[in-house]
Amino acid sequence: MTETFLTDRAWLWLAAALYLGGFLFGVVPLIRRGRHSNRLAFFIMLAGFAAQTLGLYLRGKAISGCPIGNTFEILQFTTWSAVALYFVVGAVFRLSLLGFFTSAFAAALSLVSLAVPAWDAVRRASASGGNAWVEFHAALALFSYGVFGLLALTSAMYLLQWFSIKRRRMDGIFSLLPPMQALDQINLRLLTTGVVLLGASLAVAIIHWQRTAGHAINSAMLFLGAIWFLYAVALSFRRANIVPARRLAWVCIALFTVAIATLGVIDAHRLP
Amino acid sequence: MSAHETGVFFYLGANHHAAPLALREKLALTEDKLPAFQARLAAIDGLRGTVVLNTCNRVEIYGLANAPEIIARIEAEFCALQDFPPETFRDVRQHATGRDAIQHLLEVASGLDSQMLGETEILGQVKDAYADALTRRATGPALNRIFQKTFQYAKHVRTSTAITAGQVSIANVAVDLAQKIFEELGRTRILLLGAGDISEKTARAFQSRGASALTVASRTFERAMALASDLGATALPFGHVPAHLADYDVVVCSTAAPEAVIRRDDAEAAMRRRRAQPLFFIDLAMPRDVEPSVADIENVFVYNLDDLARIAEKNRAARENEVVRAREILREKSAMLWSQIAPESPSPGPSRRGDAS
Repeated sequence: MTETFLTDRAWLWLAAALYLGGFLFGVVPLIRRGRHSNRLAFFIMLAGFAAQTLGLYLRGKAISGCPIGNTFEILQFTTWSAVALYFVVGAVFRLSLLGFFTSAFAAALSLVSLAVPAWDAVRRASASGGNAWVEFHAALALFSYGVFGLLALTSAMYLLQWFSIKRRRMDGIFSLLPPMQALDQINLRLLTTGVVLLGASLAVAIIHWQRTAGHAINSAMLFLGAIWFLYAVALSFRRANIVPARRLAWVCIALFTVAIATLGVIDAHRLP
Repeated sequence: MSAHETGVFFYLGANHHAAPLALREKLALTEDKLPAFQARLAAIDGLRGTVVLNTCNRVEIYGLANAPEIIARIEAEFCALQDFPPETFRDVRQHATGRDAIQHLLEVASGLDSQMLGETEILGQVKDAYADALTRRATGPALNRIFQKTFQYAKHVRTSTAITAGQVSIANVAVDLAQKIFEELGRTRILLLGAGDISEKTARAFQSRGASALTVASRTFERAMALASDLGATALPFGHVPAHLADYDVVVCSTAAPEAVIRRDDAEAAMRRRRAQPLFFIDLAMPRDVEPSVADIENVFVYNLDDLARIAEKNRAARENEVVRAREILREKSAMLWSQIAPESPSPGPSRRGDAS
């Protein structure tokens, strides 16, 4: 697509391999000695992130827009957002094992997107139909998906820690998990961030896209609205202490699973 | 630096391996006797430097001497000062020279030789003993090098093995668990049910990790008041506990009550008021203070004495599994250090504990 010694897709393959490598470097000492050495895994992941950024940049440069024109690109962009957020959240809150879980998540999502060539066979010339506001809406929505992806990971970590304490399993990976209350706080912050970002994305779409294009709200918008509504309800219930942290964690994992599984549906029903 | 120039590095003393507590009490150097002993050491000809390590589990003298015979002189001075029969001392003493003495010092500083395997306090005590010797100008270049490298290697062993991993006392295991739930203990409200030794020890363990909001409740209010006063905590009449249970995050139970004092109904009522906030019961009582079915309530965590003992035992076993690896690392380090101190001396084979090499 662009003149470099590697194509954009090759860079993205390299990123996926590095994410997988980061995960394996984390998992081997964990299994062997019940200890986690995160320094090397962190740098491998950082290299993966750099490769993915370059891959997405090359693709974006080639299409003169944000690379979110098909399911493959959407999955790649979502993964990139989650990893970018991990570097911020991980640096600020220093959550043990978050890098390990993020590398597993990034490797899985990247490899799945690369493994299905059909997802990258055709793409829209411009995902937004040339409208910068719509492109902003789509990028914001996908970035919020990255946030929700990371939230699903921290929720899974919360559930593992809850299980380990409730069931008295303190060895191996369980001994390295962060405290439950720290994970609950992170979950609340990520959930708030995701709801605000997706809400802003929907607001941008409603105000600028529908008005200028004159289209009725389509099913993709409705679906995004429903996802946002469910996350917002979960957030309100947790903030009001109506729902315990464990149930919120389950809800966040379930909602993200639904959201990611139906990305193709949203992509198919987007306006050209 | 040749061996002749350096002298003989040795250690001599008694510790928990061979000396029972009753003997260690007699051998321990009290505050007034320590300076007197150090003065006697300074007066011995041919003794180039000494560091006296005096803890509750060991009295050990590390030093450099011109000749091995000087060690016997130190032994005589020590027994004379302590008014301790030399023949009894010989039965319990431990000593070694050269690389074996270095290996022993490394193992002591790393916590490998401690009664509670892997404890970290000993490194501070060795550092204090060395700092004291430095202040008295009782060390020379070789002794300085040995001790400075010892601190470096002890830290290396602690970070590269799991010798200090996990808690091995029940009170500390309980505090670890509370931190796994609540993270920041400074804001965690802790209720102590019972005012006995167990309650006090657990409270001290919590305080050592930053807990400050402690409340004591006991069936005898005066005892609760007394312990609360010692701990800088508040006291709560025992009858008020069910009504105030929801106000606490951690409840440490150690009463001598013949039946459970925390019933499922009380815990459920508290959880309704806590509105999705977790509650952690540490039940150290025998018989148990917390009804077993309390553990089934959502967001309630209950650990009893057996649960905590099992974790402590697992941690202790994990530490023991690391002993061989840690000792191997230290053996390499002691060989390296020995070759720097006495480059032309052959490395002696391992000597038996209690035998001079």
